[in-house]
Amino acid sequence: MVGAGISSAVQVAVVAVGGPVLLGVMRKVRCRLEGRVGAPVLQPLVDIRKLFRKERLRPDQATWIFALAPVVLVSTVAVAAAVTPLVTTHPAFGAGSDLFVLVYLLLVGSTILALAGMDAGTAFGGMGSSRAVTIGALAEPALLVSILALSATAHSSNLAAIVRATLAGPGSVATPQRLFALGSLLIVIVAESGRLPVDNPATHLELTMVHEAMVLEYAGPDLAVVTVGEAMRLTLLLGIFVNLVAPWGVATTTHAADIAVGVASLAAKVALLGVALSVFEVSTAKVRLFRIPELLAGAFVLALLGVVSGLVVK
Amino acid sequence: MSASTYASALGLEAAAVLLCAVVTLWRRSLGAIVRALAIQGLALACVAMVIGLHQRDPGLVVVGLLVLAAKAAVVPMLITRVVRGDPGSRETQPLVNVPASLVAAGALTFLAFAATRSVTALVPTTAGRLIPLGLACMLVGFFALVTRRKAVSQIVGILLVDNGVALVAFLATAGVPLLVELGASLDVLLAVIVLRVLATHLRSRLGPFDLDQLTELHD
Repeated sequence: MVGAGISSAVQVAVVAVGGPVLLGVMRKVRCRLEGRVGAPVLQPLVDIRKLFRKERLRPDQATWIFALAPVVLVSTVAVAAAVTPLVTTHPAFGAGSDLFVLVYLLLVGSTILALAGMDAGTAFGGMGSSRAVTIGALAEPALLVSILALSATAHSSNLAAIVRATLAGPGSVATPQRLFALGSLLIVIVAESGRLPVDNPATHLELTMVHEAMVLEYAGPDLAVVTVGEAMRLTLLLGIFVNLVAPWGVATTTHAADIAVGVASLAAKVALLGVALSVFEVSTAKVRLFRIPELLAGAFVLALLGVVSGLVVK
Repeated sequence: MSASTYASALGLEAAAVLLCAVVTLWRRSLGAIVRALAIQGLALACVAMVIGLHQRDPGLVVVGLLVLAAKAAVVPMLITRVVRGDPGSRETQPLVNVPASLVAAGALTFLAFAATRSVTALVPTTAGRLIPLGLACMLVGFFALVTRRKAVSQIVGILLVDNGVALVAFLATAGVPLLVELGASLDVLLAVIVLRVLATHLRSRLGPFDLDQLTELHD
């Protein structure tokens, strides 16, 4: 038997270590599909270690926001990872795993990063922040409506309750309401984590970059923390998504063996989704910045259809 | 087929019909729109066949097969040929931009739900509850007719309205007579064939066919 606190700590550790590894896996798959050998899967971890050993360099004009942003980003994601049902359906502070709480916890991290992008006073940072905030604002309604559609089945917006309800009643897995909401959620996750087709994390092309422009001024240990935070965020979002789609394998008890099974199944599911996303990324092109509203409006309508079909199909 | 499988299969298929209607507003390339239309025809045929199998009504299964042949194969093929024949107009040029039309589609779906409350009260069956989805598909089709100016987009709008009507008919009456469905399907098929002939003539006489440019008579 392990306590809820320990299982939450396991979740944070899995997300923190798994995040960079997931990035490595996704890059490797992409490279292989493009006919290149690619860096080893553990390369992001090695890169982060290298960055931590480098000298701390900050822009002269930057204020405390610039120094604080990476820490806030990592800590908000870590708190979110602790309270969500990633490995166990009974995490510590279970009441905190409400989807609305999670959305706004992650939003705190995005906001402080956008502020830090503008803090150094460079043109690029401001541009990146403005784009990131625009995309975030467009993704917000779709996200909230899809949460509404998902929570209607479980009669609760608590993530742990939704996962438990899906585990208890497998008959409600493939309702139109859930499928629409999950489709919308996937588009929002891709947009929020800055992957193709919304943003290309592999390039530094000034005309198109969104997230890379925002963190352009970071170097050394600060950059390492930002990279860890972003990798954790991606892993957390994908982890929440796979547990909403297929919660099987999540520990429902507090036995150590169940927790181990939960960790293994989470890793397998997230890796599978990550590989699928990279295969999709190879076959798609980045959407023009001005067409991103179309993509996110599509996500919004999908979520809306989910709510309506929930009213219709009982 | 057990009652719960029947209900969930029917719900998924009817929702797929509405989803395809929304996708035709979402995508810009006419090729993708025609593919969505073909999938919609497939979903509609599945609705007919599932109801037919559930009620052990062979006539309805035959209607489903006819719908499959007409709306999922023949009509999309004919439209694809029109699209391929005119490389200048591979994309739609909506009068209302895509995000606004999507939001309008969402509003129309709610309108359909509100408008059919009295109808669904009259048909208290599993199928009857899904009628709002068919009406929403019709309304989205009307919206496409009003806001899209290309000839191909117009025919797509008409087909959306027709598919919506067919879906409501299947769900509300638990199967229309074979003859009626045959008449309606042939009507639409004829309209598409006429469009195909007209499109070829229009292009040879006038070049690309944008309805906004057809403002004066030519010899």
